Amino acid sequence: MPQLNAAVGLSPCLRAFYNDRMNPNVSTRAARSFAVALLGCAMGIGTASRATEVPHIPDTLQQRIAACTSCHGVHGQGLPRSGYFPRLAGKPAGYLVRQMQDFQNGLRKYAPMEYTVRQLPLAYMREIAEYFAAQQVPYQRSPVPNVSAATLQRGNELIEKGDAARRIPPCSSCHGRQLTGVQPSTPGLVGLPYDYISAQLGSWRTHTRATVAPDCMATVANRLAPSDITAVAVALATRELPADIHPQPAGSVKPPLPCGVLGATS
Amino acid sequence: MRWLRWLGLLIVALLVLAFVWLWLAGGRQPVPRSASKVSAATLADPVLIARGKYLATVGDCAGCHTAQGGQRYAGGRVLATPFGDIPAPNITPDEQTGLGAWSFEDFWQALHAGKGRHGELLYPAFPYTSYTRVTHDDALAMFAWLQSLPPVHQPDRAPSLAFPYSVRNSLKAWRALYFRAGEFKADPTKSATWNRGAYLVQGLGHCNECHAARDAFGGTPRNTQLAGGQIPMQHWYAPDLSSASNGGLEGWSAQDIVDLLKTGQSARGAAFGPMAAVVSGSTQYMTDADLHAVAIYLQSLPARPPPPSATPLFDAGPLLDRGNKVYAHHCADCHGDHGEGVAGVYPSLGGNSSVTEPTGINATRMVLLGGFAPVTAANQRPYSMPPFAQTLSDDDVAAVVSYIRRSWGNHGSVVLPGQVRQLRHTPID
Repeated sequence: MPQLNAAVGLSPCLRAFYNDRMNPNVSTRAARSFAVALLGCAMGIGTASRATEVPHIPDTLQQRIAACTSCHGVHGQGLPRSGYFPRLAGKPAGYLVRQMQDFQNGLRKYAPMEYTVRQLPLAYMREIAEYFAAQQVPYQRSPVPNVSAATLQRGNELIEKGDAARRIPPCSSCHGRQLTGVQPSTPGLVGLPYDYISAQLGSWRTHTRATVAPDCMATVANRLAPSDITAVAVALATRELPADIHPQPAGSVKPPLPCGVLGATS
Repeated sequence: MRWLRWLGLLIVALLVLAFVWLWLAGGRQPVPRSASKVSAATLADPVLIARGKYLATVGDCAGCHTAQGGQRYAGGRVLATPFGDIPAPNITPDEQTGLGAWSFEDFWQALHAGKGRHGELLYPAFPYTSYTRVTHDDALAMFAWLQSLPPVHQPDRAPSLAFPYSVRNSLKAWRALYFRAGEFKADPTKSATWNRGAYLVQGLGHCNECHAARDAFGGTPRNTQLAGGQIPMQHWYAPDLSSASNGGLEGWSAQDIVDLLKTGQSARGAAFGPMAAVVSGSTQYMTDADLHAVAIYLQSLPARPPPPSATPLFDAGPLLDRGNKVYAHHCADCHGDHGEGVAGVYPSLGGNSSVTEPTGINATRMVLLGGFAPVTAANQRPYSMPPFAQTLSDDDVAAVVSYIRRSWGNHGSVVLPGQVRQLRHTPID
């Protein structure tokens, strides 16, 4: 029962969420009662009836950021039921802070995220980003559409070689040899859901996702053919995970395009 | 039938006169800086500038005059109104696009009389209906502060309003109905603290711009002062601010009011939605003396008539039973089995004006959106509430909001799934 182990130490509020999302086949009520009992036993206290229970709210960051974890998971593992709530665990903290700033500034458009982070100060965003960056939880696989072998091959080509004719650099030239990202600001791509990757590539093309100029990823996304988006998203979502999923160290790649997030100026 | 013809002529003449009055521009020549009664040296006084900075913060000028991701005071945030969109202008001292060429006389004319530099009538999205109460000295300090900012070159965007609102002179009629220019006059029968509070609330604080119901013409009739109202286009309900019986803040102490404005939360509730931005951008920076004055003034607002009975016209039992179950499963762990909350962390729901306000909009949107409590110096790492839009159906949200609106001494009306459906798709701004 790994989900129960993970849930111990959370407030009951988070635990209910956690169980809801991580354990859709088990009755949440039963799972929750069990988790409460387990926690009670672990702490050497009786299981008081709900009627007299005063909420005990731990003073932890995890408790404070319930607004984040309800969609992204307590450990930032993402929501496997929906590919649109991406994994945050293990992503470089600099990247995560940048995304929150982009939502604040309206560069990245998604109303619920804009609303949630709109007034958070930088120090708090850093703390939240470091929390998720430090989480190590297994990747979960999300469904991908059935595509032809040729499409998959095209996707893998784009990842490893790019397309010189369309001036598309390979994904690995920025996102790391194993596509696990690069410190401090480049996210990993392996293990991301198909829905999320294809939606983000589309967002760059429709200007609902942008970042500080020069926005190199917008340039690349606009050079892709529409069919390339499916191809590369399927190839990334089905790719074998490397043994070491940590981002590469800072400075270990030389990006082929100037990127504002990496300090380039336009 | 001669008299009838005369009457007809008279009506036509009156119409023509009304037309001329409405459409003839009341032009005005800007006062050049060289001709201003206020010298450049006065405007450069650091003490005056510092005071102006404080006052501009109390007035939350940056709240509207800063676009999302834009430079402070450079304008560009669009205020949506039922009549069209009105972008806030650049008020940095840029010569071409801001207030760089403005004299204090021009600024006073805008703040006090609601007229632009050339005499054009300003749209009351700029709340001169409140700012007209601001004293000449305070206006001068704010002008000095604004003129001390680094100039930002950012051209203003034109308002996009429907006819006839697109014709600025149509505001003449509006102003005749809703606007009386005049600085705040202290009430000698009241304490200095009360008068200071009244000045801040009615003037720079411009609380009434949200906390009063607007009529079909977007005005706030005199008899609705601070009695609460739905904010047009934003779809939040700004509650009644009376703490007397039947008031929206019934039972709030002066300290509760101070706490909410300073920290974002009080023993009686927390600020969220547009008020969260007001607290973190403005009121948290107010001095304790000013916050106390605001509280004393708000506590003097009169009692309100009892609300009409909110007993549903149908058997709400099944809805509330369902709400009880949703509450126990999703809410009770943080807000308590009896809606008691956790002091300083999660607001109590019993007797919470945001829960019981007349429309149910606030509680519904809170459940859908969740979010962090306001960030203030006193609460830099706030706790947050999960958004339930992704988890709960319209029926479940309606049930749980109805349940909390009718439990623990709350007597709010029930909320129906159709209302939730509408609010689910309301833009966040």
